[in-house]
Amino acid sequence: MTSQVESPAGPQSGPEGGQGPGRDAGSKEVRRLDRVIIRFAGDSGDGMQLTGDRFTSETASFGNDLSTLPNFPAEIRAPAGTLPGVSSFQLHFADHDILTPGDAPNVLVAMNPAALKANIADVPRGAEIIVNTDEFTKRAMAKVGYAGSPLEDGSLDGYRVHQVPLTTLTVEALKGFELGRKEAGRSKNMFALGLLSWMYHRPTEQTEAFLRSKFAKKPDIAEANIAAFRAGWNFGETTEDFAVSYEVAPASSAFPPGTYRNISGNLALSYGLVAASQQADLPLFLGSYPITPASDVLHELSKHKNFGVRSFQAEDEIAGIGAALGAAFGGSLAVTTTSGPGVALKSETIGLAVSLELPLLIIDIQRGGPSTGLPTKTEQADLLQAMYGRNGEAPVPIVAPSTPADCFTAALDAARIALTYRTPVFLLSDGYLANGSEPWRIPDVDDLPDLRVRFASGANHELDDGTEVFWPYKRDPHTLARPWAVPGTPGLEHRIGGIEKQDGTGNISYDPANHDFMVRTRQAKVDGVEVPEVEVDDPSGDAKLLVLGWGSTYGPITAAVRRVRAAGDEIAQAHLRHLNPFPRNLGEVLKRYEKVVIPEMNLGQLATLIRARYLVDAQSYTQVRGLPFKAEQLATALKEALAHG
Amino acid sequence: MAETSPGPAQETAPARSGGAAPASEALSLVPRAEGKQSMKDFKSDQEVRWCPGCGDYAVLAAVQGFMPELGLAKENIVFVSGIGCSSRFPYYMNTYGMHSIHGRAPAIATGLAGSRRDLSVWVVTGDGDALSIGGNHLIHALRRNVNLKILLFNNRIYGLTKGQYSPTSEAGKITKSTPMGSLDAPFNPVSLALGAEASFVARTVDSDRKHLTSVLRAAADHPGTALVEIYQNCNIFNDGAFEVLKDKEQAQEAVIPLEHGLPIRFGAPAEDGLGSRGVVRDPATGDLRIIDVTEEGTEGVLVHDAQAATPTTAFALSRLADPDTLHHTPIGVLRDVRRPVYDTEMAHQLEHAAEQGGKGDLSALLHGNDTWTVVG
Repeated sequence: MTSQVESPAGPQSGPEGGQGPGRDAGSKEVRRLDRVIIRFAGDSGDGMQLTGDRFTSETASFGNDLSTLPNFPAEIRAPAGTLPGVSSFQLHFADHDILTPGDAPNVLVAMNPAALKANIADVPRGAEIIVNTDEFTKRAMAKVGYAGSPLEDGSLDGYRVHQVPLTTLTVEALKGFELGRKEAGRSKNMFALGLLSWMYHRPTEQTEAFLRSKFAKKPDIAEANIAAFRAGWNFGETTEDFAVSYEVAPASSAFPPGTYRNISGNLALSYGLVAASQQADLPLFLGSYPITPASDVLHELSKHKNFGVRSFQAEDEIAGIGAALGAAFGGSLAVTTTSGPGVALKSETIGLAVSLELPLLIIDIQRGGPSTGLPTKTEQADLLQAMYGRNGEAPVPIVAPSTPADCFTAALDAARIALTYRTPVFLLSDGYLANGSEPWRIPDVDDLPDLRVRFASGANHELDDGTEVFWPYKRDPHTLARPWAVPGTPGLEHRIGGIEKQDGTGNISYDPANHDFMVRTRQAKVDGVEVPEVEVDDPSGDAKLLVLGWGSTYGPITAAVRRVRAAGDEIAQAHLRHLNPFPRNLGEVLKRYEKVVIPEMNLGQLATLIRARYLVDAQSYTQVRGLPFKAEQLATALKEALAHG
Repeated sequence: MAETSPGPAQETAPARSGGAAPASEALSLVPRAEGKQSMKDFKSDQEVRWCPGCGDYAVLAAVQGFMPELGLAKENIVFVSGIGCSSRFPYYMNTYGMHSIHGRAPAIATGLAGSRRDLSVWVVTGDGDALSIGGNHLIHALRRNVNLKILLFNNRIYGLTKGQYSPTSEAGKITKSTPMGSLDAPFNPVSLALGAEASFVARTVDSDRKHLTSVLRAAADHPGTALVEIYQNCNIFNDGAFEVLKDKEQAQEAVIPLEHGLPIRFGAPAEDGLGSRGVVRDPATGDLRIIDVTEEGTEGVLVHDAQAATPTTAFALSRLADPDTLHHTPIGVLRDVRRPVYDTEMAHQLEHAAEQGGKGDLSALLHGNDTWTVVG
């Protein structure tokens, strides 16, 4: 299932889009594909992320389903031409619904020898490879350990290699502009984008508009990039090397009716937070410290001050969450955003928030660890840190989105729990969700949940002598939430702190029985958080094996499950949105199956929780490569688990 | 439970009648109290649990006694503290309060003050809390100039953990953790605050209630972050640390009292009734030095200017103090200047964004610019 599925295009093909800049692509053979995986790879400075983003936008507006995987080094400009400096962007698009950025590229665009060497192992024979021959100099090839030219030594036999002097052609195309060779050559990524846009009949107007707006202050550069982009398109159209172009029809039937846009996880998450603030009718306060891959949420929220969003870039991670907690005390919907190393620093304040019982969202965009680990790569190894990483018994609800667009809904859900139960809540996203993107059906604002809360406004307790008083730790009997009494409310002046509090009054108490009661009550409150039951996908009801996942593995697991079923096997699937508390029916679901397999991008953290909690002999399947699972690899693992049932 | 939904977002203070003094610029958004307040109104029902004889009692009494003077609705006053003896302070104030975690009070208070301009937010901290574990938050709060009043109780020792040296302890100090003497050079909190771009820096002493109150008043009126260092006696682990500043005779030599607009004179009175010692600038080095005015005359004696454009002279004044003997310790308001206040500026940005882009439209935000429609 890794190669392109081809069929000759019918006469009615290509009515929408697919038109180059004023040209008809129809003069060459056009083949129809159901899906394509393209990987753009080059130096960190070659603009591969921008190229991928643009191709994605063209593809989204064309109406394909899509999924993306940006993959870049932590260094901003790693040494040029080296393997560690390679940056890539993979895009999977299709005429039907898809779940992952794809296992193996059908097309690799390699801007230099390093990009070829770093990526060729992922590319199956038969795939197309477009190389920028200008960069295949002796020196550049030697730099990455090529003894001879891979373009000539037969090592690429079996691939359809297009040798294109991208730099030279770009420089030629920009002759009319007053640019030096080096400067003109910088637009080679736009030349490549134009070529690929021709190959796959992508609409081009948006990219031209984008370039005009991006370089609004440098119209010459904008026009040069547009010229390079058009030259790339024309090159595809005219050169004999590219005899065939491809169509991937819009995935109309895969999408329910509605208005769609392409969205990345971090953007969806930011919008979810703004939406939560609007739905709660509370001002949003973000306390944050820059950290990869979470900084984009700080950037995005900083743009929306007209929604009353206060974004505060603190002096460190601790101050980020501290300021958020202070704002929560004052009645804001408070958020802190970070990644794993930041969570470690925030732990003590999270414990304080547990003790103060104030609403607070802790957004952890997980990355490879431990320590600094792999800052730009994905992992889901902070689950146990979120679950247990504090002193004392300090339970915190945990919510995990499963796809980039799902980050929106997950943010609203995390806010619901925080506001209803007056508790800090973890939202565990990861680098793959954060930077990956997919089409998102834009919700109707009227359909979003009502998150409004009631602040305490008066006495809530009558003393034995009949005096009416306010007790900051007198709980709602249903939710066990304590009242949220914000400063400025007359008569409710009270003091709270991290020292153990007497039940009800909130006064300092070292009483053994009271501490035991308070510890158990805080736990009971979190255990009692209402979360929906986990749904099981088991079409026949006869499956013996359940595959259970959480977070960003949803796409690869679902794709793998489809493959297993397509091969005639029965398999059940369930995916957890809520990791703490678990859904009420989870224990019952687990016991229904003879075997439970849990794939995770860690060494088995959910499996550990499941085994401890439900005494189920769950089998862990793990990978910590900084990359999402490949569907084929997971499908193989599941088939093996089935076979050794 | 009776609950309603008041918004915390209100930005203007309702003008309630009967308040005390007129509101200063710093407090203009904080609602005024109805009717007259007394010290009793600010005492909570909690038993005060400091050691008998602790300097903290005096500071608590001074603050509780001073609060009615501000005439603020007490529900709009918040005390936030960290960890340490002094950080129990909020429990004893009948206002809103938070006893947080070690060193983090300035960060927490920044979020509160930054999001609620209708509150008067006070931070209570100690030398260990503010200058050791929380040093980073302190300097950044001062740099940002958030509307916070920070009361730094400096007793030059760790009290709550039973007597280890602190970042303000004199070098060579013998404590439980430094049996052969501390190797650390101490911080001078006033110098540190001035170096951290503080817009208001003052120093006072726990036992001088009148002076303490006058400094609190100036701090409360200051728009932005105010740092007040309060020398506070720990009678258990560092008793008498500030005796030289309190004993009338020794204080004459030790204390340099600062009053904005007055010549900096101290010591036994000279013929003109002012101190016989004066602070002058050395023309050769630009540094400050102390002279005997009876010998060198009063010409050239500096007039204290807390509102000077640069903190240079205030810093030089702070360096006159000998960290070992505390001789020549300036007491009073060293610096009190106006500069943009973080939370005010933040509110302005929000207002400006709403004026420019219109009040946020969620549906428009979610749609963005690149959408496509799928019809059923």
